Amino acid sequence: MTDFLGLSAEECTQLLRQMMVSRRFEEKAAEAYQTGKIGGFCHLYTGQEAVAVGSITPLREDDYIVTHYRDHAQAIVRGITPGAVMAELYGRVDGCSGGMGGSMHMFDKSLRFMGGHGIVGSHLPLAIGVGYSIRYREGDQAVLVVFGDSVVNIGAFHESMNMAARWRLPVIFLLENNKYGMGTEVSRVTSVRDLTKRGLAHDRLTTVSVDGMDVLAVRQVMDEALDRARTDKTPSFIEARCFRYMGHSMADPAHGTYRTKEEVESWRADDPILQFRARLVEAGRLTDEQYEDLDREAIAEAEASADFADASPVPDAGAIYRHIYSGPYPDSMTRRDGWREVV
Amino acid sequence: MPVITYREALNQALREEMQRDDSVFLIGEEVGEYNGAYKVSQGLLHEFGEWRVRDAPIAELSFGGLGVGAAMAGLRPIVEFMTWNFALLAIDEVVNGAAKMYSMSGGQFNVPVVFRGPGGTALQLGAQHSQSPEPWYSYVPGLKVVSPATARDAKGLLKSAIRDDDPVVFIESEIMYNLVKDDVPDGEYLTPIGRADVKRAGSDVTVITYAKMLHQVLAAAERLEADDGISAEVVDLRTVRPIDVNAVVASVRKTNRAVVAEEGWPACNIGAQVVDDIQREAFDYLDAPVARVSGLDAPMPYARNLEKLVVPDADQVIAAVRHVCGRRGQS
Repeated sequence: MTDFLGLSAEECTQLLRQMMVSRRFEEKAAEAYQTGKIGGFCHLYTGQEAVAVGSITPLREDDYIVTHYRDHAQAIVRGITPGAVMAELYGRVDGCSGGMGGSMHMFDKSLRFMGGHGIVGSHLPLAIGVGYSIRYREGDQAVLVVFGDSVVNIGAFHESMNMAARWRLPVIFLLENNKYGMGTEVSRVTSVRDLTKRGLAHDRLTTVSVDGMDVLAVRQVMDEALDRARTDKTPSFIEARCFRYMGHSMADPAHGTYRTKEEVESWRADDPILQFRARLVEAGRLTDEQYEDLDREAIAEAEASADFADASPVPDAGAIYRHIYSGPYPDSMTRRDGWREVV
Repeated sequence: MPVITYREALNQALREEMQRDDSVFLIGEEVGEYNGAYKVSQGLLHEFGEWRVRDAPIAELSFGGLGVGAAMAGLRPIVEFMTWNFALLAIDEVVNGAAKMYSMSGGQFNVPVVFRGPGGTALQLGAQHSQSPEPWYSYVPGLKVVSPATARDAKGLLKSAIRDDDPVVFIESEIMYNLVKDDVPDGEYLTPIGRADVKRAGSDVTVITYAKMLHQVLAAAERLEADDGISAEVVDLRTVRPIDVNAVVASVRKTNRAVVAEEGWPACNIGAQVVDDIQREAFDYLDAPVARVSGLDAPMPYARNLEKLVVPDADQVIAAVRHVCGRRGQS
């Protein structure tokens, strides 16, 4: 891939920059979690940046993304500001979901970023619904749905692929195979070693596996999948082989009972940011000074996101009932807990 | 006004709303070529084509979720479950998906989907096909739960449900599809969600009910009038989330006595909630404790004689009314 897929030096720098911003953002999130600014579950994307950047940057503005709970980096790559993502983690009104979603539920309707979903596999049916709406309106958009390796064993995975393939829905099923569903290595609970086999059961579904640590490799298979989605209206199943450096969530260790420190280190040696940097430097497209500048900017952006989140107000109590129904919350229901006079 | 069946009323509602709004589509098992397992979607595939009347594989979880996703993308899906018993496979998409999306996205993604199909008991369908799902869904903020008892209400409420910007759980009945027939106005009308309807005026006791049980309650009210001289007011909730508490309370404040009657299991059911609403807002008006009539707390037996014992009928309603009115039952 010496031609960098026809991307200019500037475009390549943008890919690198997006990975670096994601990395520094997650580091800041980890710090904020440890100081108690962020609560609940907080699943970091560190190590998987090439998958988000390679898969999301080729999308058009009118394409859709439906994703899982490890969604901070994807939200940022799609264009939600780091400040809005961090404010969401802080539970503040300027969060991209108004502080009502949290780490697992990033949304931005204007960017067609349709969540952040916390029940493993439950969002694949949502994605085929979006795909159905595209065919229904005779559009040429595509839906990118991102999920982890555990999902290949879930019924909704098979049901959704079946409908997408049968009805030619323009859905790209992107499996982030980071090898572990929480603390269980996927092969311990899965009847196939090669997870792409799970895509072979459907006519009209193109299945491909790609090195998820290589941003250009991911981008290339996404370009091809998008072309199929737009022209043939057929779905694709992409396995991106990758690795998360951190524990499943901030509450979990990076290594220990289920994987070794050596394994984590061996994947780090193949780091998506460092390997892309090396390739760009080797091709004369990037200098070390430029890289250092990018890193300083990424750190500054992460810091600024935290400052923005800190300055954002907490939601007022009225937010509890504000968006349960499109119309007013029925008074007969709120009377039932009226003695608390919360709102 | 023409007299039509509950089934025809639903069919009219679907057809009218699909003609009116291109974004409305129907998906479910057997809804297209087969014209619906219970023929509610008769003729719709022919009129609207396969993208608007979509035969689904037997995969409730995912075609239920498909409806949620399509609604997030701006369509107005109607997801037909062949029965609500099968919808349990999709309850995650209804509860964790449809109901919460608007709130957890901070008001960005409302979900205008209708989930509909028959629930409740029919005739000897056995344990897995005979149950009332209303309480499961009525528990959930973000959902509206509708269960009409007449053809007129079925049509007007389904049209309202389809136009509603939030997810609506719409529970019909195998038995009522054919057997319930009543006057339905010509032309367009909407029945508001969240509004109860006094189906029979009375002065001595209020009987609150919904869905198929309404017909047992109305029969009981006639007999009570004739045999006991008790004038029962019958309030049909029609919507069980949100319950029209104002209508219930207004009636109970007038009659000073109340019975709540429904077909489902007794624990944590709709009646349990109504009793709380009454004691909270009409306690000082009550002349007797509120009585409840429900199905027995058991999985539905197949044997015909046992099923008849489990499902409540007019006799139990009469006994409960006599009890709250201080009359001894006639055995």
